[in-house]
Amino acid sequence: MEGLTKSISWIIGIALIAILFYILGDIILVSVKNFSLSFLLDSPFSGGRKGGIYPIIISTLLILAVSLLVVIPVGLTSALFLAEFAENNSKSIAIIRKSIEILSAVPSIVFGLFGNAIFSVYFGMGFSILSGGLTLAIMALPLFITTVEKGIRSVPNNYRFVAFSLGMSQFTMIKSIIIPYALPAIFVGIVLSVGRALAETAALIFTSGYVDRIPESLFDSGRTLSVHIYDLTMNVPGGDINAYKTSLVLIVLILATNTLINILLKSWYKKRIAL
Amino acid sequence: MFQLTRSRQDLYLNVFLKINGYFSFLAVFLIFLFIGKESIVALSGHSTAFIFDKSWFPSEGQFNTVPMIAGTLIVTFGSVILALPLGIISSLFANFYCPPRIKIFYRRAIELYTGIPSVVFGFWGLMKLVPIINEFQPPGQSLLAGILVLALMIFPIITLSLISSFEMASKNHFKVSESLGLKKSTYIWFVLLPSLKGQILGATILSTGRAIGETMAVLMVCGNIVKIPSSVFEPVRTLTANIALEMAYAMGTHRSALFLSGLILLIMIGFLLLLSDTLKKRFAWKD
Repeated sequence: MEGLTKSISWIIGIALIAILFYILGDIILVSVKNFSLSFLLDSPFSGGRKGGIYPIIISTLLILAVSLLVVIPVGLTSALFLAEFAENNSKSIAIIRKSIEILSAVPSIVFGLFGNAIFSVYFGMGFSILSGGLTLAIMALPLFITTVEKGIRSVPNNYRFVAFSLGMSQFTMIKSIIIPYALPAIFVGIVLSVGRALAETAALIFTSGYVDRIPESLFDSGRTLSVHIYDLTMNVPGGDINAYKTSLVLIVLILATNTLINILLKSWYKKRIAL
Repeated sequence: MFQLTRSRQDLYLNVFLKINGYFSFLAVFLIFLFIGKESIVALSGHSTAFIFDKSWFPSEGQFNTVPMIAGTLIVTFGSVILALPLGIISSLFANFYCPPRIKIFYRRAIELYTGIPSVVFGFWGLMKLVPIINEFQPPGQSLLAGILVLALMIFPIITLSLISSFEMASKNHFKVSESLGLKKSTYIWFVLLPSLKGQILGATILSTGRAIGETMAVLMVCGNIVKIPSSVFEPVRTLTANIALEMAYAMGTHRSALFLSGLILLIMIGFLLLLSDTLKKRFAWKD
């Protein structure tokens, strides 16, 4: 029994690491062999088989910007309400928490359907950066709220007591004590949302669409890196090499956000211990 | 929290935050409203068509979603069955068998899995896994490919959740069991795992939800033929893949039938949430 458990653990542990290296190694090797800086600076042509991904990077950044512009204010105020204002066991808190739970469980393709129905069709935005960004914003919201709420709750109660005994208004307390203290958590929330948005494909195919030119306005369609990988793999015969290279770019971006989260979390903990 | 002083500014702030606080509720409400509203066309007239139509032939107005529902259930079930032992054993490896110095790297590696986007998993599956399966049994794009890729995507949820709960639980009783002379494996199989039944169940339900909703990877490796597969080597189409494939050009009843697929997905997820709530009360696990 002991030997069996031990050997099976080792086999599975090593196999899982090997598969991870196989997936990442394959992408890195094939991409690096064919990589040049012009890939990041050129426009794609012949359906993406040739050329680079410059317009796609621009569209990705624009969609990210739109979704962050919505997620940050809405998420921050929601989190403040949950952590500072609502009575802890009230009905409204229960309803909101349930909603957040449901929202984080909804499959991304259903967000895509919803975004298509409400933003593209009902509000007439069509396939656009705006539709895609807003859809992603709603998707990223639950993660952002939960993270920021935890950060706000980690503000020691003494700070609040002191603020009130000094006669500060709630507004002043939030502005000059709560938010500065919870800032690392807010950053972690932002970076998490960016990671979630970068990885997303299904919600974007029919909200922000497929167009691979540089969008001229927020009402233009634009494809993200992940949609580009999907399109090259499934719809463009001979698009493999560029799909490999785009995957590398996407993975590097996501790993960068993950590393950033780890660094931020560490500084957050240090701060808490120091206080 | 406290309401000692209240300026006019604070009152406005309160109202403003309260309105924003309900945004998530509004979002959920709108999702159900719009998905429901768009499904009505498919449901009205012949409301049982999505079960009793001959098959899924959008051009002929036939919208039987049963093969896709079956596809989703089979792929989900298969991948969870595979991911559960992978998740449990790899977290055992991390906590009890791998050298302590390596543990942190091992954990980072498992976290890396969760960082790989699903479209990249699908791409890898199509480039590497599908050709291998194709050599055994063509066409390669199959239920098996979907199950394997999906299992790799969801096992980290189980592993990461269990690594931390194993740590907590071991703090409580590992030393005691060692001093009683129990072997490590006896401790694992007869003390640790039974005491964490709830935790394992919770992680499993979470990963089931992820598997049901997964779109891109499944879409890219499963072959997407509308037919209930009779072996693991046959292609299969899930509800999610069906939406992603046809939404771009669907009109009228066809479009509505795709929204109905979305509604069915929502109902499945809702059922899972209910299940998780009931079981959570019974087994008391932490998220």
